[in-house]
Amino acid sequence: MTDALPVGERRQLAPPVTESGAFGWARKNLFSSWANGITTVVLVAAIAWIASWFVGWAILDANVTASTGSECRGHGACWALILEKYRLIFFGTFPYDEQWRPLLAIVSMLAMLILTCDRRMWNARLILIWSIGSFVTFLLMFGQITLPLSLFLFVALAVGGLGMILRAGIARPAELNGWRALAAIGAIGLVLRLTGTLPAWGLEIAPFSYVETGLWGGLPVTIILATYGLAFAFPYGILLALGRRSNLPLIKGLCVGFIELIRGVPLISLLIMASVMLPLFLPQGMSFDKFLRAQVAVILFAGAYIAETIRGGLQSLPKGQFEAADAMGLNYAQKTLLIVLPQALRVVIPPLINTFIGFFKDTSLVLIIGIFDFLNTANQALVDPAWAGYPGEVYLFAAFVYFIFCYSMGRYSKYLEVELNKGTRR
Amino acid sequence: MAVQKLAGAAPIITMRGVNKWFGQFHVLSDINLEVRQSEKIVVCGPSGSGKSTLIRCINRLEEHQKGDIIVDGVTLSNDVKHIEAIRREVGMVFQSFNLFPHLTVLDNLTLAPIWVKKMPKKDADEFAMALLKRVRIPEQALKYPGQLSGGQQQRVAIARALCMRPKVMLFDEPTSALDPEMVKEVLDVMVELAREGMTMLVVTHEMGFARAVADRVIFMDQGEIVEQNEPEEFFANPRNERTRTFLGQILHHH
Repeated sequence: MTDALPVGERRQLAPPVTESGAFGWARKNLFSSWANGITTVVLVAAIAWIASWFVGWAILDANVTASTGSECRGHGACWALILEKYRLIFFGTFPYDEQWRPLLAIVSMLAMLILTCDRRMWNARLILIWSIGSFVTFLLMFGQITLPLSLFLFVALAVGGLGMILRAGIARPAELNGWRALAAIGAIGLVLRLTGTLPAWGLEIAPFSYVETGLWGGLPVTIILATYGLAFAFPYGILLALGRRSNLPLIKGLCVGFIELIRGVPLISLLIMASVMLPLFLPQGMSFDKFLRAQVAVILFAGAYIAETIRGGLQSLPKGQFEAADAMGLNYAQKTLLIVLPQALRVVIPPLINTFIGFFKDTSLVLIIGIFDFLNTANQALVDPAWAGYPGEVYLFAAFVYFIFCYSMGRYSKYLEVELNKGTRR
Repeated sequence: MAVQKLAGAAPIITMRGVNKWFGQFHVLSDINLEVRQSEKIVVCGPSGSGKSTLIRCINRLEEHQKGDIIVDGVTLSNDVKHIEAIRREVGMVFQSFNLFPHLTVLDNLTLAPIWVKKMPKKDADEFAMALLKRVRIPEQALKYPGQLSGGQQQRVAIARALCMRPKVMLFDEPTSALDPEMVKEVLDVMVELAREGMTMLVVTHEMGFARAVADRVIFMDQGEIVEQNEPEEFFANPRNERTRTFLGQILHHH
């Protein structure tokens, strides 16, 4: 008798060898039948052949030392071109001696984005991170920034107002009065500024030489357009999605109209409209920066798409969630912020990040209105007659850089899905 | 007997001539009902009789089109302030629990006290833990609803409603979505709550519960209150033919 198990315990046998380990896996997945086995062999051979050709071209035979394009002839990949032109590709026509500034701006934005990805930062700290990150980025890019008085007044109004709302009923009267005073100073100041009673004063911060947006180019342009495009389009899209489900016919109609209008138009035409037609409608002498106009067009466009994605999440919530929140006496804002959005956004993380990735790449369409984003500066590198004839290397390099960003976003999406659903799995 | 005992107390819920339509369908017709403080009422009836709609009108999850509903002195109208005032006084437990899956059990309980009543978090946590002890699952406080059994989830839902210290509790078929072996643990909690003097309106088919705690059983059919009586009388001598048919159907296999 070998069955001397304690009462109530079941004997667990190990699975047969053919079902486990590397051998078992290969047998089950690669060679389960003759047809399967042949397919495996053919595909492995094809992959090996392509890979060996690519390694030979891109690494073994590559030329990294040539000083003109003609020296590259007869070799593999001409990476010397990238080494020669990388500053043009990354920073475009930004003044050559000052190009450490866009480099640091990229670092600043990446730091800001990476911190934003951390869930522990999803609170008031986020406002601080973005304020500092944005300030540093634009100070580096412009070189000089003037903070107008109205900005300070607006911040006072916003902070005071938020304090009044968030601390209502919790804080002592003295503290509440403080918030009220701050909001009042902001509001009164803004009114006085608008009526012209207060002078157009501004705090000037000018550590570097001024570089206008027309000279910006390359990777910082792509990252700025994508980052701020999506950072503004995201809350805007949430508002549109909520508005589309509103009970008020007017708000609902406006949101539906906007979304359908924007979705029915290609981004390129929107960019052209922003760049060519908008100035025609503005009064004489008034003009917006071309870069800003492109940025606004991207925000409007992305907002409509994000709104539709989020609407899917809102619709996936069971009715009972809304009813439970109602029955507890939560008001609309509380219900939306505490119950509805946290659940709806969780559901749409994969399609949402998909939209983000799409828009990161779509920013390259701004080349149509003469803004030099990363892909466009890469194009510029091909113009030099001394290096003619190597578009493959440049586009491969550009593709590689885009891939790093898009793949990171994809991985982050995966991580976020797992992280947010921790413990809530049914 | 129970009805006489409570006759002197002031009504906490009054429904006068309440009518409601879903499109053309007349789902509630001329409902008149007074609920006194501490009274326990069981509402039963065939499906589609309007019993759920009746209690859902009390906290405005459904809007009635005619008649008056007065809860604790506040008349229900389209005024959001009135609706929110009433919802603060009325707790509700749903058939499908409707816990918030993205929040822990404890956060489910403290959400409304903190945001609606502006209670400090520490006090809300303490009170929530006390309630979780009362429904006998304090050890689950930091888990998510999805990790609990149906019976445990429904007990959390009861505790969540109690967290607002409501004057009235509405139960909309609280045991209908539960596996049979979990019905008792939820009913036990409800019986205890009834013994402590909570005013309760319960839509249920659990006639054992009705016999044990109800002061009054109401039978509804086709949007009307057909018959109401104290439980012994109601079950022993149903007066209306429709009541007899219904009781015959549901008590058949008990």
